[in-house]
Amino acid sequence: MARRTPVPRIVLTSVVAWTVGLVIFFPILWMLLTSFKTELAAFSASPSFLFFHWTTENYVAVWTRSNYLEYAWNSVVISLGSTLVALAIAVPAAWSMAFSPTRRTRGILMWMLSTKMLPPVGVLVPIYLLYRDAGLLDTQLGLVIVLCLSNLPIMVWLLFNYFKDIPRDILEAARMDGATIGKEIVYILAPMAVPGIASALLLNVILAWNEAFWSLNLTSSHAAPLTAFIASYASPEGLFWAKLSAASTMAIAPILVLGWFCQKQLVRGLTFGAVK
Amino acid sequence: MATQQTQKLARILIAPSIILLLLWMIVPLAMTAWFSALNYNLLNSVTSFAGLGNYRYFLSNPAFLSSLLNTLVLVGSVLAISAFFGVLIALLLDQVIVGRRVVRLMLIAPFFVMPTVSALIWKNLLMNPVSGLLAWLWRLFGLTPVDWFTQVPMLSIILIVAWQWLPFAVLILLTALQSLDQEQQEAALMDGAGAFDRFFHLTLPHLARPLSIVILIETIFLLTVFAEIYVTTGGGPGVETTNLAYLIYSQALLQYDVGAASAGGLIAVVLANIAAIFLMRIVGKNLET
Repeated sequence: MARRTPVPRIVLTSVVAWTVGLVIFFPILWMLLTSFKTELAAFSASPSFLFFHWTTENYVAVWTRSNYLEYAWNSVVISLGSTLVALAIAVPAAWSMAFSPTRRTRGILMWMLSTKMLPPVGVLVPIYLLYRDAGLLDTQLGLVIVLCLSNLPIMVWLLFNYFKDIPRDILEAARMDGATIGKEIVYILAPMAVPGIASALLLNVILAWNEAFWSLNLTSSHAAPLTAFIASYASPEGLFWAKLSAASTMAIAPILVLGWFCQKQLVRGLTFGAVK
Repeated sequence: MATQQTQKLARILIAPSIILLLLWMIVPLAMTAWFSALNYNLLNSVTSFAGLGNYRYFLSNPAFLSSLLNTLVLVGSVLAISAFFGVLIALLLDQVIVGRRVVRLMLIAPFFVMPTVSALIWKNLLMNPVSGLLAWLWRLFGLTPVDWFTQVPMLSIILIVAWQWLPFAVLILLTALQSLDQEQQEAALMDGAGAFDRFFHLTLPHLARPLSIVILIETIFLLTVFAEIYVTTGGGPGVETTNLAYLIYSQALLQYDVGAASAGGLIAVVLANIAAIFLMRIVGKNLET
């Protein structure tokens, strides 16, 4: 049993921790508040924190006056598309390495990881030229392919780590009872693999949603996702802070919530299973 | 147990991943290597063999040396900030705290913010020299507001990137701390070990592995920081905030010099590999268990 911590100490550490937490969280909070201000109030040199005229006009403006929905749709298609394709390729590979490992399995896993270490900027030029010649520049398919391949190693690793932990005895027992491979997959493996697959899916969606390097370099208008849309606020004219905040809030909200829900899986996935 | 049949099946199942990753790795890399030996500009239809000319050009370009330096400064500073404060904050959060779950959510939130958003929010809402919140804060204390991106452009970039990556360190280190053997701590306590001793002889050694993983993973991502620079300074003023990734980008897609950009790309690959080798060693050990 852990010992009782004295109350004054709890108060002190709590105050310090909340202060640190609020300072780090503040830019996001400030963005949220600014998104509800008028442009004039947002740009004011003497900021107001709560007592300002609350308005939703920025959300309406972003929603109606820009092609926000188009960008959001691109983000959804690209992140979900690349994730599902990667999943379809990675599940069989991870499954086979976890259940019938060979002498080479370890080497293959390490090699896959090493492809993730390749800095994207090292292959920017050939990918750009290949895409230009293949007509893949500024297409959803083009980004789906790039993001799928660049996240595939993480996916295989994460799934492998989960599958490896499924007890073999259950499989053997099922085989003894005369289960076919098909039945084995449907009734035993699938239910046990669902949590692993789900977390691989979430991690990949988050990574793909926030990806900026390829999105900025390979798209311009048709297939640009939200990361690129927000980048277009880098050089506008006039007052735009409140609208930038509104657009940003909408762009990060779904992923922030998703990230909060799957912290554990994220740790596992991002450290390739080395920290659990 | 594995029969011939299942082995064959296993090989078929793994083949797509291997083939695709092999293509993804080898084809562009081979092309980069090939382009780097050519005089190849997208605006110029004639290409010719350049030998090592591009490397000579890229390496002797003063912008290269400064971009290399900028890359090291950026990576080094962000690593130092996230490692030092990461350990501190993780230790803090490991205490008994009222509402710990909420604090934890607030602390890791920046990691989920897309880089273009965090860069623009910081640049405008916080760091603007007139209407930014930091300017207001400075005035509140009677100081002259800092014109962040003009006076200290590199520091500004470092702050933004560190804000994104510190939460990552906290997340990983905290998870590792919570798996620390409680009984060992109790035993040390019984033996009369002070907080200081317990930290240096139990906690810190336990954090060594996750900390090295944090450092290496961050290194890989930080070596290619791009979007934050792209939307804030565009590498400027001058080349003060141009890192290697941004230099290669501008060489390729702004100046259309495919040859020189490819040479730079290969140099970036070599640098990343140095970090990668260490990471692989650490992660590889985990596979034995």
